[in-house]
Amino acid sequence: METNHDFIWKMGGQQGQGVESCGEILGHVLAQEGYSLFSQRLFSSRIKGGHTTIALRISLHPVQTIGERVDNLVALDQETVDFHSPEVRDHGIIIADSAFRPKWKRTSDKTLLALPITDIAKKYGSLQMKNMVALGMSAALMGFPKEPFHRFIAQRFEKKGADIVEKNLMAFDEGMASAAEAMKEIPPMGHLENPEGRNQMYLLGNEAAALGAIAAGSRFMASYPITPASEIMEYMIRVMHEVHGTVVQTEDELSACMMAMGAAYAGARGFTATSGPGFSLMSESVSMAEMAEIPVVIIDVMRAGPSTGMPTKVEQSDILPAIYSGHGDKMKIVVAPSSIEDCFYLTQEAFNLAEEFQCPVIVLSDLQFGLCKQSVPALDMNRIPISRGKLLTKDLPALDPAAYFDRFCDTEDGISPRTVPGVKDGMFLSTGLEHNSYGKPAEDPKIRVTQMKKRLRKLQSVCEKIQPFTIRTQEKSNDLLIIGMASTNGAIEEAMEVLEKNGARINHLQLRLLEPFPEEVLFPYIHQSAKVLIVEENATAQLKQIFKSHFSCHDKFRSLLQYDGTPILASTVVKKAKEVLG
Amino acid sequence: MISSREYKNKIMPNWCPGCGDFGIQMAIQTVCAEKQIPFEKLALISGIGCSSRIGGYLYCYGAHTTHGRALPFAQGIKCANRDLQVIVCSGDGDSYAIGIGHAVHAMKRNMNMTYLVFDNQVYGLTKGQTSPRSSKGFVTKTTPQGNAETPLAVLPMAIACGCTFVAQAFSLDRRGLSSIITRAMDHKGFSYVNIFTPCVTFNHVNTFEWYRENLQDVESVKPGYDPGNMAEAMKLLVETKGLVTGVIYEDHETPSFEDTMPPQEDTLTAHVEKPSAEVFHTLCSEFQ
Repeated sequence: METNHDFIWKMGGQQGQGVESCGEILGHVLAQEGYSLFSQRLFSSRIKGGHTTIALRISLHPVQTIGERVDNLVALDQETVDFHSPEVRDHGIIIADSAFRPKWKRTSDKTLLALPITDIAKKYGSLQMKNMVALGMSAALMGFPKEPFHRFIAQRFEKKGADIVEKNLMAFDEGMASAAEAMKEIPPMGHLENPEGRNQMYLLGNEAAALGAIAAGSRFMASYPITPASEIMEYMIRVMHEVHGTVVQTEDELSACMMAMGAAYAGARGFTATSGPGFSLMSESVSMAEMAEIPVVIIDVMRAGPSTGMPTKVEQSDILPAIYSGHGDKMKIVVAPSSIEDCFYLTQEAFNLAEEFQCPVIVLSDLQFGLCKQSVPALDMNRIPISRGKLLTKDLPALDPAAYFDRFCDTEDGISPRTVPGVKDGMFLSTGLEHNSYGKPAEDPKIRVTQMKKRLRKLQSVCEKIQPFTIRTQEKSNDLLIIGMASTNGAIEEAMEVLEKNGARINHLQLRLLEPFPEEVLFPYIHQSAKVLIVEENATAQLKQIFKSHFSCHDKFRSLLQYDGTPILASTVVKKAKEVLG
Repeated sequence: MISSREYKNKIMPNWCPGCGDFGIQMAIQTVCAEKQIPFEKLALISGIGCSSRIGGYLYCYGAHTTHGRALPFAQGIKCANRDLQVIVCSGDGDSYAIGIGHAVHAMKRNMNMTYLVFDNQVYGLTKGQTSPRSSKGFVTKTTPQGNAETPLAVLPMAIACGCTFVAQAFSLDRRGLSSIITRAMDHKGFSYVNIFTPCVTFNHVNTFEWYRENLQDVESVKPGYDPGNMAEAMKLLVETKGLVTGVIYEDHETPSFEDTMPPQEDTLTAHVEKPSAEVFHTLCSEFQ
């Protein structure tokens, strides 16, 4: 039989029909088997009611996108057939529940199999078992053995008793048998080769970020629920007892950011997570953190704006708002993870940067990272050691009566020694007002300029403390350099595989440090590339505007923009790159 | 021994001469000296406004935050380090206008800290606008025809919000104020004291003399008053139109926020570290 390296499975139906759990189980089992996976849930606003889909890409090599054509579609309702069958590839197979009597216009290139999903589920006692039946059918279709599924089902339903386990196994087996029987009538789909076993984890970008916070030693989070960032708080609340930490669900984002800052001021690693509208509320506090040099970490999982926009749709339109958030001159750090795995590592680096540079650090993730699940190599807790910068917690020289610690003293690198409440002889004043080196409010022009210069100077060395971008090859001289940030990485990398075959000298750079902008290290790549294509998911080319403000070669820059709420596809990048290359 | 004077730093307050806020600062110093709180264990957090300048006048860890947001900042501090004595100072604009949302939730959250509101019933730092506590008919730059809105009844509101310690005091009654602040700081949970303090520059209605004439001590209104009864507390506030000083309501039953959380062996501040390999492995196994 034909073998495949890559298989895309999709399932759709009404919420509550088991669509999500079927995708979840399929993903978990295959992740354990060592396949590389990428999974995406979609809640489509163009479709009425509670329609939901889950897609899973199963591959032998690492994948970072959901891909572009579906091999196998499982439909629990007619809407799934109507809306998603065009995505099915030639010779792809649609399994539809015979119970809803699927309407299907026979075509030569795709096959629809109407199979008794509901009927089999009913036979074993409950409609809830539709997910098990569909799971069995999917496994049969893709040629997976039943044993790993059996193990998973037995484990998952163990607590509910032997009878429930047995019924679920039977529903799964009968689904499998029913699909196998039906497939005898049609041309084979091919099956996936066995993967090499590897130690991996299968998780959301939001979960990776939360785990990163724990690995970074953060034991305090304050947050307010918002799509698509809530999973970070929910995960933290679920596991915080394991590390004796505290999570507070606050009354609003104003409070969330200030509470995280209060904890950070007091020496814990406080952080918060939000999305655009919540981030707007936090920007007032960001300004205080800049002025009072408070190390707080804010994760902004970007979604489509402005305003409430499209809360469940991806966009990268908080780039400039994050950099310029707050009022007055900017004195902050903005970073963006380059993969779901990087959500884990970069979050840890963000906590280090916050304490090393004593300023707010904004982590710009996006919905595509936050709410998509991907298999990643097992996360290494020790790769990013904790660095607390110039924090002093004991043995400080005694202070004279009523004298303060020189908290904001002018130093060569602009970074001053820092103490926290509770530290003897470390008292200082913290204020959002301009202040002298002890924190006393001061408006003397000399003090003002000294303190402003100090706060700005300290950020000059940020670029040395973090890998400012990832780059596909070290080649600086290129016909075309493609630049992106956050979740466009997967689509651009897939596009590169196609483009490289065409012989053009082409490279891909994914920016991790957005502010302070790493101009010096980017310069050779920009300077020596004939053209630069900046790929971003917003309407006003925010990332390109930053590049144009730092590099004078404006005629080199091209834009690929997408702001329809869907993630940029590799094929779109390929098409645009070819057009730019001419 | 730390004297009350030593809790004051060398900065000259920029309050107007005769401002009631001086009295509150002195009372805080007196209570801190009585309790002998080490300077480094005292965190005095304030918002924005005349009152909130106090964050820069006491000798301790002082944080002068943003308008209305002192309480969230202070709660973050308390979560990070439960050993600290946290006092939040704020004004009637800071607390009851821009910060009211935070105040309400801090009260229901019930963290172990003390919240002192300097209530002069007018905006002082921005030079004389109406406040949520200004009386009806009160003439200011922003209410030239007299304030048409009803002043916020903050004490009944606090009780309704689940605040476990509600008191009111007068800034120039040093002994009474110190004794109430002491009881507030001894309370396990969130303690709130509304402190009337005359603004000598912008409030020519609610003056020192006005307060002397209109405020009554709870003991003189109801001898042997028991603050443990919510209904009685509400009744007292209605009967006195809120012009009463003393501890109005105290709830010893409701556990503090800290008591509802898993016990901490040490402060979060002392535990900025990697989780143990075992714990991290457990966390990861969910995703494997």
